[in-house]
Amino acid sequence: MTGVRVAGVGLTQFGRQPERTGRDLFAEAALAAREESGVPSDDIEELNYGNFMGSLAERQGHQAPLMAEMVGLDCPATRYEEACASAGVAVREAVRSVRSGENDVVLAGGCERMTNLSTADVTEGLATAADELYEIRAGITFPGAYALMARAYFEQYGGDREDLAHVAVKNHDNALPNEYAQFHRAITVDEVLDAPMVSDPVGLLDACPVTDGASALVLVSDEYAADHDLDAPVSITGTGQGGDNLALQDREDLAVTPATERAATEAYADAGRDPDDVDVVEVHDCFTIAEVLALEGLGFYEAGEGIGAARRGETTATGERPVNLSGGLKAKGHPVGATGGSQVVEMTRLLRGDHPNSDHVEDATVGLTHNAGGTVASAVVHVLEVDR
Amino acid sequence: MTDAGYDEWLDAVDDGEGYYLRCPEGHGSLPPRRVCPHCGSTDLGRESLPTTGTVETYTVCYVGGPDFEDEEPYATAIADFGDVRLTGVVRGVDPEDVAVGTVVEPTVGTNRTTGDDLLVLRAR
Repeated sequence: MTGVRVAGVGLTQFGRQPERTGRDLFAEAALAAREESGVPSDDIEELNYGNFMGSLAERQGHQAPLMAEMVGLDCPATRYEEACASAGVAVREAVRSVRSGENDVVLAGGCERMTNLSTADVTEGLATAADELYEIRAGITFPGAYALMARAYFEQYGGDREDLAHVAVKNHDNALPNEYAQFHRAITVDEVLDAPMVSDPVGLLDACPVTDGASALVLVSDEYAADHDLDAPVSITGTGQGGDNLALQDREDLAVTPATERAATEAYADAGRDPDDVDVVEVHDCFTIAEVLALEGLGFYEAGEGIGAARRGETTATGERPVNLSGGLKAKGHPVGATGGSQVVEMTRLLRGDHPNSDHVEDATVGLTHNAGGTVASAVVHVLEVDR
Repeated sequence: MTDAGYDEWLDAVDDGEGYYLRCPEGHGSLPPRRVCPHCGSTDLGRESLPTTGTVETYTVCYVGGPDFEDEEPYATAIADFGDVRLTGVVRGVDPEDVAVGTVVEPTVGTNRTTGDDLLVLRAR
């Protein structure tokens, strides 16, 4: 089985760009990735494209062939929809495609256009990742769903809003030097605690923003990289995906995320690694409690222990295992269908040494990305490693 | 819109004849189902829904979607009814007085924004 290398990466600025179409955003990211890779268009054999709510936001279904056209590709193109894990799945399927030997070069990534909708319409659009009969009709929004999980966590293990506020503060600090991030503003614990309540205990600054943006990666086989003398030191060595019941009410325990555990177990085994080998992590922190649940599901902390990680300084940029050096979804932004791809882009830059936060992890060899869909009814984990 | 399985279930709750589905392993779930979501059994029978449950977790939502804009702020909870949990809007108490452990009964109410039926967990 061939190895899979990241030959080139591309991102757009993440943030409010309501006047730009999704096709324009994705083309910018994809063309940047292709240019960085040095791979000619004709060699790209497949496009794996992540998108969640384009049919609602842009009245545009069937987006994958449109995106291929916008990038100048004449190849099969498929859209992957897995809520907020859409691009994670697109990348995973690209890895599987290259490993199978079917393709040597695949373009993967995703895009979401969101800020052209009103807050109410975005809220409703995002809620469609929950169970329509048993959750949406009961008034569940996504902040609301994570609020239910946060309160269940507090009840079961302890911890409070101040612990969660440290997650937000950390991730805003990390975003400061990241040129692609939506927010370049440090915040304080008191600001998080004093922010307007969205869905108690989730306040406005516990939540990721609404974001437009796109991500793209050119993935190639080891053989293609060698034959074409590509400068591609980062490999994706592990991939895993897990699922769970869609509705929270059907899960055995509301304060854990088994889909993450399942994805991580598979990805660690695939890479021949375990949590202790991982130097740097990008996790799906759509809400502050989500980062805590992710760190526990990934095996970095026992259940109930992850809540204090940011407060204790263990996951800050100067901590023993930095988490979300990109700024995370919280501060980098969360263009839903692009996020999983952007995490792999950011990790590639961190490991190559050309990310503005690479100095914090200059000796890092193993990175992990974690992308979750809905209330973690789906999760995708990737292990990345760099030649040193 | 009609939703076979779900609408009948909501009508049954409204009539005070709420039920859930139970497989031989004892896993509970709500219709529509063809298999148990926990073990895959296709042998699903109807059991009476307990008349009361207890709030396991809840949130007070200050910003809802367009379908709930006339409800804000509203409390939504997941309540434990033994083999099965229900998610619903809590009424009969000030939203900010809902607590873990609040005893609720399953009823059907009207969404003030859309006029649609919705599951209400009414505080006792």
